[in-house]
Amino acid sequence: MRLKIIIVLTILTGITGSPSITIRPEVELVDNKQRISEQQNLVTETDEVVEDVMATGELNPNHYPAQRAAKVVQHYINTLYGSPFKVFHLHRVHSGNAEDVADSGRKYQLEISVQEMISNTSGKCSAEVFFSRGDKQHSPQVQVMCEELLKINTTKEEDAFYQHLKKNTSLLSAEYLPDSHGHIEPDMKPLWHLASVASSFIMLNESTQDTLFNMAQVANVTQLATESDQLKFEYLILLHEMVSQEIIRWKLLVSWCPPEGVKVLQMEKLPHCHECEKPPNTN
Amino acid sequence: MGEITNWMDQIVKENPNVVTKVDYGKTYENRTISLLKIGSKSASAKKAIWMDCGIHAREWISPAFCQYFINQLLQTYKTDPKMEQMMKNMDFYVTPVLNVDGYIYSWTDNSTRLWRKNRTPGPEGCECLGTDLNRNFDINWGTLGISFNCCSIVYPGKSAVSEAEAQAITDFVGNRTDEILCFLTIHSYGQMLLIPYGHPNVIAPNENELMEVGLAAAEAMKKVHGKQYTVGTSPDILYSFSGSSKDWARLQGIPFAFTFELRDDGTYGFELPEDQIQPASEEAYSGALHIITHVHDKEFIKPTSTAATVAAMLWTTMMAVFVTSTVIV
Repeated sequence: MRLKIIIVLTILTGITGSPSITIRPEVELVDNKQRISEQQNLVTETDEVVEDVMATGELNPNHYPAQRAAKVVQHYINTLYGSPFKVFHLHRVHSGNAEDVADSGRKYQLEISVQEMISNTSGKCSAEVFFSRGDKQHSPQVQVMCEELLKINTTKEEDAFYQHLKKNTSLLSAEYLPDSHGHIEPDMKPLWHLASVASSFIMLNESTQDTLFNMAQVANVTQLATESDQLKFEYLILLHEMVSQEIIRWKLLVSWCPPEGVKVLQMEKLPHCHECEKPPNTN
Repeated sequence: MGEITNWMDQIVKENPNVVTKVDYGKTYENRTISLLKIGSKSASAKKAIWMDCGIHAREWISPAFCQYFINQLLQTYKTDPKMEQMMKNMDFYVTPVLNVDGYIYSWTDNSTRLWRKNRTPGPEGCECLGTDLNRNFDINWGTLGISFNCCSIVYPGKSAVSEAEAQAITDFVGNRTDEILCFLTIHSYGQMLLIPYGHPNVIAPNENELMEVGLAAAEAMKKVHGKQYTVGTSPDILYSFSGSSKDWARLQGIPFAFTFELRDDGTYGFELPEDQIQPASEEAYSGALHIITHVHDKEFIKPTSTAATVAAMLWTTMMAVFVTSTVIV
């Protein structure tokens, strides 16, 4: 009898293991938390400790190092090829590689897809991004090769818009593009696109491995009178820096004409604006 | 905000059998923080799903999504057997706007649209105000992805859970950690599903499962309108940071905690066009539903663990028989 029981018990053990209860595995983490609070020094903005062990070699395309480097490529492409009718946006990172370059910095090699927003065409690009390290912080250096994408022809639209503004006796101005509800008047869209391209110069200059920039909003834009062929605009642009989450304000003087493309003539970073417009009765 | 409050009251009125409104906190400016508790009435205690929206004022798509989510629950549970089952087994606690003060402020005019924090005054001598509520929770507080400059947009507050809004969640959820199976917190923008933890060296024990469920949810989201959502821990795909609500929830033992970063990917950013509200909500709903269904089925539909329970019982009985027979003989 006893032997039979032993056999049954052994078989049962074999099938199911010893009786088990699922425990919420939160207990072990308390130790980690305490260890970390002891070790962790106060760090502002990004965690510099972590940056030192940044990925090298083949990169996960979804992880932030490749994504931030790829965003820089977007900015670069816009500075070269963008216009009021042509704006490029990073679509996907397919693959990436990073290597340290002596003591001078880090180089990224990327395969990405980029989309032209107005024509809604996509194309692949191969790019190299170099971030310098050390005391002399230069803006990243980019090289890029894109198939197809840069052949998009917007001459007709650009010429029409240019002629329209040149003939117009009044000067254009607008504020809050998009508005709070994401709306942009169709007539104003080219000015919004132009702002995206102009901001790309700033975003390219300001980018590091610790930043990710997008243009958040055009606060205002005023067309300025010119004697030259160029159209000139003064912009107040709000950039969103994702890692710090800050909104950074830039004043830009921008020129454009179809043959010469977009140029940023002057740029000025404005101070942080905590409560930009105080309600009328507090003064 | 007035519209949202009225709408909440309306929802309760129209669905008295399944919806109750719970006021569970006050903001700094003394406004009420409310949630809707949605679920079939039950005599016994139920498990629950937590969702909060609008913790960051400028992320307007977030409260819109909570409203959509509530509408979907109430429209589908009568006709969809799966939703009916989930409503029977679980309650849904949904907070459309947590940071009421900040949200209202962001609606003031064009210049306030990009406000993020709450509206608590800064410490003595500080000319700025506001605390980043998603840095204020009591987990590794004040260590990563923050700045103690009180004007900073990621100022974590003067101490952990110093903020009334964070306190409200801490109290409500903290009293129900055995009940709550899943904690979802909704943000924008970036098109991501973030899993705990915000610290690069802290790994949730169920990270593999969280990734698996997250990836499947992102797949479901992509099927709706083709939008890609990246899944991962924040230190991997975004940046490291401490004091977040989802990290805190996970550490309390709530096994499933996700942050949703909704549309878009930077083109319009926070000012998502109105015509994208519906599609953004549809895809987010399908992602949230996937997670919720997984969590529900794991808790309530457990074929393998039923066998384990039976086997455990047999084992115990056999052992008892064995021991007694040994003793007697």
